[in-house]
Amino acid sequence: MTWNVRVDPELCQASGMCAGVAPEVFALDGEHARARTDGIEPDERVLDAADICPAQAITVHDGKSVIGPRRE
Amino acid sequence: MTTADITPTAYPFNTPDGLQLADAYERARDRPGLLRVQMEYGEPAWLVTRYADARLVLGDQRFSRAAGASHDEPRQSEGRRDSGILSMDPPDHTRLRSLVAKAFTVRQIEKLRPQVRELTAGLLDDMEAAGPPADLVDLFALPLPVAVICRMLGVPAEDRPRFRVWSDDALSTSSLTAAEFDASRDELRAYMAELIDQHRKSPQDDLMTALIEARDGGDRLSELELVDLCVGILVAGHETTASQIPNFVLTLLDHPDQLTRLRADPGLVPGAVEELLRFVPLGSGAGQPRYATEDIEVGGTLVRAGSPVLVAMGAANRDALRFTAPGVLDIAREGNQHLGFGHGVHHCLGAPLARLELQEALIALITRFPGLRLAGDVTWKSEMLVRGPRVMPVGW
Repeated sequence: MTWNVRVDPELCQASGMCAGVAPEVFALDGEHARARTDGIEPDERVLDAADICPAQAITVHDGKSVIGPRRE
Repeated sequence: MTTADITPTAYPFNTPDGLQLADAYERARDRPGLLRVQMEYGEPAWLVTRYADARLVLGDQRFSRAAGASHDEPRQSEGRRDSGILSMDPPDHTRLRSLVAKAFTVRQIEKLRPQVRELTAGLLDDMEAAGPPADLVDLFALPLPVAVICRMLGVPAEDRPRFRVWSDDALSTSSLTAAEFDASRDELRAYMAELIDQHRKSPQDDLMTALIEARDGGDRLSELELVDLCVGILVAGHETTASQIPNFVLTLLDHPDQLTRLRADPGLVPGAVEELLRFVPLGSGAGQPRYATEDIEVGGTLVRAGSPVLVAMGAANRDALRFTAPGVLDIAREGNQHLGFGHGVHHCLGAPLARLELQEALIALITRFPGLRLAGDVTWKSEMLVRGPRVMPVGW
């Protein structure tokens, strides 16, 4: 199974949280953060990053549905 | 590359009675490499003053906050601030942060806008009724964020005089001994533990209750982590905003052209708040040193593994390599990715709330009082990590 990670550049406030939590997946090298690759291996930290993003700019798909950010 | 065999410069540079960025920062930013500095307590450190270097150190996992616990951390006072979420690295940090992050997202905080607006209007009604000169800090800048964070967290706002003292101590750089600092922190912890007990017995619709459920139901944090998280949210949740409201007013009064522009177009308020966050160096000096966990080159200096690095956000926010005319206050500035809330995993949890409060406070003040002015001398807080007026008489 592959996950897809997206960062919405309209929402991203460049806090740097995601790149700090999962640097192999996210990069903040410009105005906004971006996912380094399209598909990734499942990784709990990516869901964490989606959860703690203050702008809720990160979406994680598992191919079937949105799995992050997680709902309480 | 420069090495560590040089005499460190005494730090911090900024004076407490004003909002200037010390000239020493400009000199440090313009010279190659990092500056070696020595604070009153702890070991010498490297000082980062450039924007790109700041983003690197704050955003890269090779720099650790937690490593500070096993070092003599550079600091302004004898007491150590090595507990709490600010002293953790991922994944421990992520575990705690994720428990509170949802309450502070942009979307959640936006829902508080009507209630913040109402609180703001009420405080200004009282201030207007009291008549000038009025102390902007005591009547407006402090009660607003205190009321908001107390309601959110579940702390009685009428306890403000009690936690005001502890909160001051927590952010103090004064001659408190380590024992006095610890005693004050323990009192604040005991106060919070008592509130947590009360919430356990009768749960409320607030953040404290949600955190208690995460502890008791999910075992996702320890009792001390629970207490310290609540303490951290209470202290950080009001002191900085309470300082920045008068700081921003003073800065706008110092830049009448920008104030006029803002009055003419209140739609500029969100951008103005971002620019003021960039422009006003809040801190008396950098704190929370990051420890290199391996040898890393930063801005032309080789930082050895185990060495602390301090990041001067106020200086990085005036870096001409990142901001055009950095010394100019321009409330319509674009592409303003300032470091006023820090950067990386420790990026200010309360940033969306601070933005909301600062926006509502500024717009309400300048709309209500077109003739807003200083009506006496400002008394500055001294010996505090954050700078700002303790008393600020205003007229209108």
